[in-house]
Amino acid sequence: MSLRIVVCVKYVPDATGDRQFTEDLTVNRDDVDGLLSELDEYAVEQALQIADEADDAEITVLTVGPEDAKDALRKALSMGADKAIHVEDDDLHGTDVMGTSLVLAKAIEKAGYDLVITGMASTDGTMGVLPAILAERLGVPQVTLLSEVKVEDGTVTGRRDGDTASEQLEASLPALVSVTDQSGEARYPSFKGIMAAKKKPVESWDLEDLEIEADEVGLEGSWTAVDSAAQRPARTAGTIVKDEGEGGKQLAEFLAGQKFI
Amino acid sequence: MAEVLVYVDHVDGAVRKPTLELLTLARRIGEPVAVALGAGADATAAVLAEHGAVKVLTADAPEFAEYLVVPKVDALQAAYDAVSPAAVLVPSSAEGKEIAARLAVRIGSGIITDAVDLEAGDEGPVATQSAFAASFTTKSRVSKGTPVITVKPNSAPVEAAPAAGAVEALAVTFGALATGTKVTGRTPRESTGRPELTEAAIVVSGGRGVNGAENFGIIEALADSLGAAVGASRAAVDAGWYPHTNQVGQTGKSVSPQLYIASGISGAIQHRAGMQTSKTIVAINKDAEAPIFDLVDYGVVGDLFTVVPQLTDEIKARKG
Repeated sequence: MSLRIVVCVKYVPDATGDRQFTEDLTVNRDDVDGLLSELDEYAVEQALQIADEADDAEITVLTVGPEDAKDALRKALSMGADKAIHVEDDDLHGTDVMGTSLVLAKAIEKAGYDLVITGMASTDGTMGVLPAILAERLGVPQVTLLSEVKVEDGTVTGRRDGDTASEQLEASLPALVSVTDQSGEARYPSFKGIMAAKKKPVESWDLEDLEIEADEVGLEGSWTAVDSAAQRPARTAGTIVKDEGEGGKQLAEFLAGQKFI
Repeated sequence: MAEVLVYVDHVDGAVRKPTLELLTLARRIGEPVAVALGAGADATAAVLAEHGAVKVLTADAPEFAEYLVVPKVDALQAAYDAVSPAAVLVPSSAEGKEIAARLAVRIGSGIITDAVDLEAGDEGPVATQSAFAASFTTKSRVSKGTPVITVKPNSAPVEAAPAAGAVEALAVTFGALATGTKVTGRTPRESTGRPELTEAAIVVSGGRGVNGAENFGIIEALADSLGAAVGASRAAVDAGWYPHTNQVGQTGKSVSPQLYIASGISGAIQHRAGMQTSKTIVAINKDAEAPIFDLVDYGVVGDLFTVVPQLTDEIKARKG
């Protein structure tokens, strides 16, 4: 029986670009290049490795986002995923994590799955809560923040490295897994992979396809409200000295003046 | 006065500092009711009372240790049902955020994560967050349901505020999902004797310029002279010079100490994302053009192999 893997990915503004807010206090996506969130590449990689070990597996990559978000899907397809689903709807503008997770959960259920894989966090919002919320919404075990993952005989096992301990985890499928950047380097798409990706199917779904009302998502339907976003004032120029033999002592003097010593 | 649930992060009864900071913030909004779960939960009561908890709800069951996260969500939900709080505050650890997130879904509430400050507002608590590698500061509210907010370490002072801290046993019924993910093994992290990175008041970090695992000793020596935690840039971690658990940055840990000392770190945007909210920033780097110098309160352009040991010696001498 085929193992159905759904990988959730996000198209994010390039962190090295000049990121800003727009007037409605959502992220300005127009003036900054976007790309597949780096942390989601690890999720795609683990899906590919799990699929390699399985007798028969199919990997679907799923994203919620504007037109440009197709670029993130193409990247995942060129790495080796089989097909893609793009949830796009004008009413989704400004949706927060609760709304996004609702859309993803409905889409995952519609697509059908045995295993959902996500990255540990997005590189823009960096909340790191979506995997747990998705598991709650789907009603499946959460096997999250894994640095090692294995799927065998309908069971997922993995290692979770926490602040105070390293844990071995085990759950039965269907389940939701999130992986960290320690799970294994993501592969680069080959030329063949890039060419093949152009022919792979990308389905487009909107809110109606998922039976979600517009007022459940978007800025208006958001569970949180941003009241203000202020650019931090540039730091006042610090003191910079060149070490001419006394640099360490000068620094100690500064630290003592600040009461750190 | 409205009650505010505070989730207690503790290790066998020893309450971790971020929870005490949460109690300070909770008192701005209402009366803190602490929720302590697992082995040693009862032992947390005294210190929680000393810092303002009017009540401490405790529960222990094997499920908390044997299964991942969900049993704790079941318990926090039981506390929520018992109290009907004005807000739920949880420390922003990896597990804390997962617990908070699942509770928020269950009670139909919005969630705010990684707040760095919290104030009472006309329409509920207002959380300050920092966005885009700390280049923006935002103020947000939860607009649906009971606010669930996770707060970063070092966001508030720990203040004594003696309160009753009456211990009450919390009755918890575990749902079907609670036993979904079994913890089949647990290896406690070996203690280095240094403070935990995300909670430390001072962090000393090394990067590419440290040039080898064997050289991290001088970074550790500086950290020890200050009672600091040790951090590392992604370059140093990827090179295998220091463990990933110590990585500071976008794909590592986010720190916000009183003092951050970066040695041999250029200050790429990915690193800045993890440390830019530090109160005082100091850098040592031989490249005068390194972007880290744009952030510093004090910078030394020089070779870290001479500057860092000299600094360590000077600190030791001053401390006698």
